[in-house]
Amino acid sequence: MTDTAVSKRSQNRAQRKQDRQLGYGPLERKRARYGWWFISPWIIGFFLFYLLPMAASAFFSTLDFQLATPDEATFIGGGNWRRALFNDPSVWRAWVVTLRFALINLPLGLIVAFGLALLLNSDYLRGRNLFRTLFYAPSIVPFIAATLIFDQVLNSQTGWVNRFLDWMGVNAIGVDGIRWFDDPTLIPLTFTLLGIWGVGNAILINLAGLQGVPTSLYESAAIDGAGWWRRMLTITVPMVSPVIFYNLVLGLVGLLQYFLQPFVLNGTTGYPEGATNFYMIYFYKQAFQFAEMGYGATLAWILFIVALVLTIITFGTARYWVYYSVDEV
Amino acid sequence: MSTRTKPAATAFDEAAARIKRRRLLTTWAVTIVAMVLLTVWLMPLGYAGVTSLKTRDQATEPPILPTATAKYEYEGREYDVYQVPIDDGVRELALVDKGRESSGFIDPADPEAGIIEWEGRWRTLEPVRSLNFAWGNYPEAWETIDFPSLLFWTVFYATVTLIGAVISSAFVAYGFARYKFRGKGVLFMVLMATIILPPAVTQVPAYAFFTWIGWTGTWLPLVVPQFFANAYNVFLLRQYFLTIPGEMEQAAAVDGAGPLRTMLSVILPQAVPALTAVSLFHFFFAWNDFFGPLIYLVSARDLQPISVGLTLFNGVYNTEPQLIMAASFITLVIPLVIFFFAQRVFIQGIVITGVDK
Repeated sequence: MTDTAVSKRSQNRAQRKQDRQLGYGPLERKRARYGWWFISPWIIGFFLFYLLPMAASAFFSTLDFQLATPDEATFIGGGNWRRALFNDPSVWRAWVVTLRFALINLPLGLIVAFGLALLLNSDYLRGRNLFRTLFYAPSIVPFIAATLIFDQVLNSQTGWVNRFLDWMGVNAIGVDGIRWFDDPTLIPLTFTLLGIWGVGNAILINLAGLQGVPTSLYESAAIDGAGWWRRMLTITVPMVSPVIFYNLVLGLVGLLQYFLQPFVLNGTTGYPEGATNFYMIYFYKQAFQFAEMGYGATLAWILFIVALVLTIITFGTARYWVYYSVDEV
Repeated sequence: MSTRTKPAATAFDEAAARIKRRRLLTTWAVTIVAMVLLTVWLMPLGYAGVTSLKTRDQATEPPILPTATAKYEYEGREYDVYQVPIDDGVRELALVDKGRESSGFIDPADPEAGIIEWEGRWRTLEPVRSLNFAWGNYPEAWETIDFPSLLFWTVFYATVTLIGAVISSAFVAYGFARYKFRGKGVLFMVLMATIILPPAVTQVPAYAFFTWIGWTGTWLPLVVPQFFANAYNVFLLRQYFLTIPGEMEQAAAVDGAGPLRTMLSVILPQAVPALTAVSLFHFFFAWNDFFGPLIYLVSARDLQPISVGLTLFNGVYNTEPQLIMAASFITLVIPLVIFFFAQRVFIQGIVITGVDK
């Protein structure tokens, strides 16, 4: 069979395919069956590991259910919900800790990622590819290793950060110094620094966004006499805003579930003064340390609802600040 | 004529030279700023590397590099070496006879010369410090933490779930990319929405269920669900499949290949870059995964992966910073090496997921 024969046939098939799209005959039903067959792993997984557990979780949240004594599980209706929302101040404190952290971490993370992307996109930078690789590399460092390293680097007595500040003349070491892990007011900043290595993905996505800005826009702005700042605010930021939005949503959802770093450093103690008692830490404590399945499921549902509401709000603000060029919409 | 054009040309040249100078200056400034930032950025890695080679005492001492006072062995005993201002310069001499106002030294370079007397208080002298790397931290950390077991289970988890997650995701992605069926759009939205679903909401009943069927304390609850595709992988692979022209598949279908054959022998070979990217993502994800292994394997010490094992190690050995840094360094080396070899594919993958949304 020759190549032309194949391409002719495929042309015919393409033609027929187009015709077919208008109707829904037996062939289409057969193809649709194949489609279902291909996506079936996910469909099965979705029922087994998402829908069913979510429903079970909702049901659990109405039970007083200790894992150790499953036979004594009793239906208590909204008891767990009332406890979580009105009678357990730890829940609210955990949310304050978590949201305060998100409020500090998110903007700082977005700014650092955007700033580094600008730098790594600069035409003036020599050795751009090497710089990109090296700035990204720490994102690959496993979280556990990065946490242990930053724990020591930020150590108030012996860490390099405080030693450097001390050398610069700041009174960083000692009781009156900067006690990164012991001062409750510093904790959000400390943990932000602890996670700063993880911005690599955000940098890369920002970079791709920056490269997608048409140069003609800059050229015409330059002709109009717009300076660097003006071009930044009126061209670069709006054009990259979809990318910033994407990073914001993923960052927000991730931060609500912040767990590894505080758990590795302080377990479930919340040291200092409950400042590291993040919501997931409290959830872990109730659900898996105390094995309170009912209350744990309730806390998980509250987390889900909060995440959903905050995501919807974030999407709601998008039309005020996220710029989508017309052809994309 | 020529006399009139000449000054204009020089003025133009001057302007061009000025612009060139400015460009060069900016290039230097930007590159230097980047280098300074990079130094700060990578400083913690340097800290980890250096500290992992210090002894317990050096780890908390100010000198950046692991140094110890130099020693010299003379007639069967060890003596400290000092910087002694003697004659017309400073010599490095071993203090063998400590005296109040004058001391006796030996020149390590020339011990035959005998004892050199030096007038002055030896306590005012600066000891000579020399580099000494405590390589022993690595074997010590390796053994105390039982790294072979941690590494084995981490690699086991990463590879087994990688195979499961990538293959299942490839099927699902192919279904979404190439077939038309009712409700496909809605299903795809649901799939994408699972990205923002906090895993916590399914974890409690899953844990209760897996405890009930006796799977806690094994890897099964962590491995089995990975064989049912996940949103990130499906999304990335679907995006890639959509860029592959359909002609070859149609040709294969004409030749009598079924949908499965077509996918395996026509699409997969063309999607190697995307499959590699997804595999790498999954590998790093598994290397980092913490919450699941923590709740299911907290009491099964022999089965724990690095993330959980290192956490427990940190709790027990928090007075031995150098061992913790050695352990951290071992942990980060493998992913970092893989990244440096595969960075192009990897970075493209991130950009696809991020930009195409």
